[in-house]
Amino acid sequence: MSSTTEQVAHLADLAATTLLRFATAGSVDDGKSTLVGRLLHDSKSVLTDQMEAVEAVSAQRGQEAPDLALLTDGLRAEREQGITIDVAYRYFATARRRFILADTPGHVQYTRNMVTGASTADLAVVLVDARNGVIEQTRRHAAVAALLRVPHVVLAVNKMDLVGYQESVFAAIAEEFTAYASDLGVPEITAIPISALAGDNVVDASANMDWYGGPTVLEHLETVPVSHDLTACPARFPVQYVIRPQSAAHPDYRGYAGQIASGVLRVGEAVTVLPSGRTSVIEGIDALGESVDIAWAPQSVTLRLKDDIDISRGDLIAPSANAPATTQDVEATVCHVADQPLAVGARVLIKHTTRTVKAIVKEIPSRLTLDDLSQHPNPGQLVANDIGRVVVRTAEPLALDAYADSRRTGSFLLIDPADGTTLAAGMAGESFASTAETTVQTDEEGWDF
Amino acid sequence: MTTTVAHVHGETDAPYALSHLDALESEAVHIFREVAGEFEKPVILFSGGKDSIVMLHLALKAFAPAPVPFTLLHVDTGHNFPEVLEYRDRTVEKHGLRLHVASVQEYIDAGKLRERPDGTRNPLQTVPLTEAIQKLKFDAVFGGGRRDEEKARAKERVFSLRDEFSQWDPRRQRPELWQLYNGRHAPGEHVRVFPLSNWTELDVWQYIAREGIELPEIYFAHEREVFLRNGMWLTAGEWGGPKEGETPETRLIRYRTVGDMSCTGAVDSDAATLDAVIAEIAVSRLTERGATRADDKMSEAAMEDRKREGYF
Repeated sequence: MSSTTEQVAHLADLAATTLLRFATAGSVDDGKSTLVGRLLHDSKSVLTDQMEAVEAVSAQRGQEAPDLALLTDGLRAEREQGITIDVAYRYFATARRRFILADTPGHVQYTRNMVTGASTADLAVVLVDARNGVIEQTRRHAAVAALLRVPHVVLAVNKMDLVGYQESVFAAIAEEFTAYASDLGVPEITAIPISALAGDNVVDASANMDWYGGPTVLEHLETVPVSHDLTACPARFPVQYVIRPQSAAHPDYRGYAGQIASGVLRVGEAVTVLPSGRTSVIEGIDALGESVDIAWAPQSVTLRLKDDIDISRGDLIAPSANAPATTQDVEATVCHVADQPLAVGARVLIKHTTRTVKAIVKEIPSRLTLDDLSQHPNPGQLVANDIGRVVVRTAEPLALDAYADSRRTGSFLLIDPADGTTLAAGMAGESFASTAETTVQTDEEGWDF
Repeated sequence: MTTTVAHVHGETDAPYALSHLDALESEAVHIFREVAGEFEKPVILFSGGKDSIVMLHLALKAFAPAPVPFTLLHVDTGHNFPEVLEYRDRTVEKHGLRLHVASVQEYIDAGKLRERPDGTRNPLQTVPLTEAIQKLKFDAVFGGGRRDEEKARAKERVFSLRDEFSQWDPRRQRPELWQLYNGRHAPGEHVRVFPLSNWTELDVWQYIAREGIELPEIYFAHEREVFLRNGMWLTAGEWGGPKEGETPETRLIRYRTVGDMSCTGAVDSDAATLDAVIAEIAVSRLTERGATRADDKMSEAAMEDRKREGYF
């Protein structure tokens, strides 16, 4: 453990460190809870009273060693059944970085839980049992990471202690997974051989695998670049709220508050407001109380424009030189997250950025089988955990980007207007699923495209 | 405070990176503005504790130069620290805000709540809180809860739908995807909103230091008459201590959390400044609640059980 002085010395730097959001995915017995527990424990993120509670409960149950899974299973039902029910968020820090971990359960309902965790993640850790290699579940996890466009994927080949720490076992699994995930379009894959139980290559480098020269899981998490592609994209500014003090001090102030969804905005830039198409110029940017010349995603700011034009919540401000098209016909891939099904003809609400409009499900052209990525045409409806293509007609135009270009302005929710349930998570535009569709179609005679 | 641009360029190597505090601040402001845009009658739970003080600070920044478009609600247990109540009233006045107070003491006096044998009033807050929400028809209620506080809270959503009895059902939560918060609710239901979900105790203190936010004095080391009960240093006073067999003594202490005097313990500390407090927390081997909250020690699922009943 680092000394008190060292820890205090890190303090000044801590506020300046960056934040990495990551998600873990793994099936039931591949040791995900142990990995999470090991990461928290070995990075000194578990405090004495938490550890004492775990030790007390483990002893009471007659277990020989403290069960690190108890660190993460927080609900009565989870402890009673020894399962994880829902996504939980964990926080830990090292001297180099702060982490928010979306800890997603690996069984039943895995798809919606992993989609939830992956939607905000910069990185996903996919766990594989070295004895079993790449299985169906591993392919599902890779497919969901690809679909959600998680920028970095780590393949953690666990339980290396049970295969004699053999390099050949690791190399074969890493090669198979990398080939599969690259085909899906996962941009960056890092494979690491570990034993979560023994602590090999999780936080500390393993003495049992000197053939491995790469980083430990924690080293990789600490050094992987946090995605800045948000600022490389064209600027998008969904208007959240109009600020009009109408006070003696600010009689004419009219600011458009929001969080920059992507790109960079500068004072003096010509902008277009969608869906109206009206244009103006950015006169000022107020970054939470101070005036700045430039701001970028994901900063929350307030824009002031040169002209008094009609702008309200739900509008999108974008550079005139690079504004998105608006549409009332949305084609997307959705992950169905509710228990009630989504059928063709359903009347729903679509929430896209700050805009919520009525919509109708016109078509469900296909449902994806994650195991082999095959497409089943016209399923009629989607049920919980299904992933499928949908065509939705909206009552008002939306300024929608492709999800491939922006996770923020290309994503949306479908909501049941009757009871407010979140039905589906949507990703606009093409996805890897569309390439697989052609393979299925070539199997059928008579199609000539 | 430096400008945002200089702030970032100075502290991280990438040109368009945000420091983790800037990222958390931006996310919390986004949440405040979403609620302002989507709800009819939101309210901020304000206890005068550090988390609610940070929430109010963020709300002030989110809507500047306009006033905060929310009122405040305090559930007064009747056993609050006088310094904190003084801070609460001063803050409300300074920012021209409106404060609603729901009083546990009034409920006890009216016979609607009964004092617990252990004298702890924290669990009694739930009824006045939920009734105030119903009576004043609040449809969004901001709480300062953080997921790092407690393992049941780690399962909480940023937008947490509550039924007409304010109950939380961890198995029936809405998946929360991207930054798209779903605040739809039926009449009578409301949404609890936690803008500080992703903050840790250390983040809160570092943000307080960076922004120069004033806090009630009890957060800093001072001499106080306390007595030991169930392993906690509790403030001696008319609320119910010390009892026979409990000996008051004067110690140099401070508080890590602010709550009801009957269940909020002090820690031995000589940290009299923000820097000293931050240094102390960074090396502490105890969690905030583990060190100072008696009510969480009642059972392994104490927080979960209270949250299910409507606690924040």
